[in-house]
Amino acid sequence: MSATPSPVIVGERRWVNRAFGLLAWVVGLIFFFPVFWMVLNSFKSEQDANTTPKLFFHPTLDRYRDVTKSATGLLSFGEAFANSAVVVLVSTFIVLALAIPAAYALAIVPVKKWRDILFFFISTKFLPVVASILPIWILARNLHVLNSRLVLIILYTGINLPLAVWMLRSFFQEVPRELIEAAEIDGAGLRGQLTSIILPLAAPGIAATGLLCVIFAWNEFFYAVQLNPVDGSTVPIWVTTNISTRGAFLAKLSAASVLACIPVVLAGWIAQKRMIRGLAMGAIK
Amino acid sequence: MNTTLRTKTPRVPALSESWRRRLPLLPALIFTIALTQIPFLMSVWYSLTDWKVVPPGPREFVGLANYGKLATDHFFRQAAWTTIELTVIPVIGAIVLGTAFALLLDRKFLGQGLVRTLLITPFLLMPVVVGLIWKNQMFSGLYGVINWVIEKLGGTPVEFVSRYPTWAIALTLIWQWTPFMMLIMLAGLQSQPAEVLEAAKVDGASPWGIFRQLTLSHLRPYTELGILLGTIYLIQVYDQVAVMTGGGSGSTNLPYFVFQRSIGGGWEFGRASSYSIVVVIASIIVATVALRVLSRLLKGEEIA
Repeated sequence: MSATPSPVIVGERRWVNRAFGLLAWVVGLIFFFPVFWMVLNSFKSEQDANTTPKLFFHPTLDRYRDVTKSATGLLSFGEAFANSAVVVLVSTFIVLALAIPAAYALAIVPVKKWRDILFFFISTKFLPVVASILPIWILARNLHVLNSRLVLIILYTGINLPLAVWMLRSFFQEVPRELIEAAEIDGAGLRGQLTSIILPLAAPGIAATGLLCVIFAWNEFFYAVQLNPVDGSTVPIWVTTNISTRGAFLAKLSAASVLACIPVVLAGWIAQKRMIRGLAMGAIK
Repeated sequence: MNTTLRTKTPRVPALSESWRRRLPLLPALIFTIALTQIPFLMSVWYSLTDWKVVPPGPREFVGLANYGKLATDHFFRQAAWTTIELTVIPVIGAIVLGTAFALLLDRKFLGQGLVRTLLITPFLLMPVVVGLIWKNQMFSGLYGVINWVIEKLGGTPVEFVSRYPTWAIALTLIWQWTPFMMLIMLAGLQSQPAEVLEAAKVDGASPWGIFRQLTLSHLRPYTELGILLGTIYLIQVYDQVAVMTGGGSGSTNLPYFVFQRSIGGGWEFGRASSYSIVVVIASIIVATVALRVLSRLLKGEEIA
């Protein structure tokens, strides 16, 4: 870009750049439209939502009030949210507790055949969930953990662990080797090296990894609906309870969808740069 | 799947040292093996039996009989075909759109970060929500935005979800997966060595020539990776099928079919398991290729 042969070409380039920038904005806005529409609908009355699409209306928060109201016998927002929060946070915590030492053994002092082991971890992600749902359902029923938070905590740990190992390994590899060696000479064991050198230096990477685990666990529907349809139901299941076969529900469903998506979307927006890097490195390096 | 894991215990004196190294790895490794390999082997075993829960009967070993019936099972063939449609269409659509978006984002312009934020949002949404908002607010024949636009343009509204269920789901999947492909392609574009591009420019290559000769060949492994990872995830799509059509009018893919035939009401555990093993075999084929691509990129990292 710094090499500027002639001003004519520079002017042309600037024009082309502007055109492409404008195109990117148009594409971005069109692509985002369904999300925008969902948010807009969530502030409408059912009459305003269930008619020809309109942009201008009397905004109201009543739909949010409707969907968060709890009724006996129905899955309430509070209950689903609490289940999701516990399942997601506990499973992510366990994932990190297991993946950090594993990543250490794959990146810092690599075990023999570390590449094979790394590939084993990632290859389990390629095993379709349908292949295991029946045995898991049967095992869970026999162990009396169907409709419990515990069963989802275990499964979400399993879903996210390979990805976390894979991503953390690449982040740990960026920690300068000399610092770790210096700590080792000072007599620091695994725990010492982790707490004094590796964890502080790789903290952004660990945060990105944890966030990705939270996103996947929060959005998970298949296991949740198969194993916990009655109790321990999570937010995705609660969203589907806002569809009714009788009467209008569009605005209500929109409000529920916004509430269900907001934690993860906000977190994703804030951490997008780091997450993109993590995903790219996790997937590519 | 587990052929990649070959841990031989070395019979050398440094055993304690190598075990000391291995120890931090073991909890994660054992957890993963227990949670993925055991249910998988149980599935294989079920698929060799004629286990039915309703009506209850004796569970007997029938060998490969369940698999033998697959070829003539009309519903299975329909579901297998739908699975291919619901994998191939979204993967191709998302990779094409994702590459285009990545190229747009790979140049500096006002509000670049904001546009990227807009574009990645579908990937962050809950799949269930994505299915529901597309079905009820975009595709709907009554109040859907797309039909409203069609009517404004003088066309007749279409009940997309009931008329073209598979396409409706596929379009929804394209929308959700384009950001994922875009991120992979963006990572590829940004890893292009600047000196090479600069040198080509100095040599008088046109932007289009640079794109065709250099960028496209540089992007090839990233494209492959995007296609393979996309295939592996999309082959097991369940959420959108469940909330958009409930498997209606030919939109039942294999994951949904397995559910229908087992705990979703069919209760034929033996046959349902054989369907799921077919999905596994298809995934293994794709995954083997995927791992090869990954390992090539991983080796490239060490040389660089």
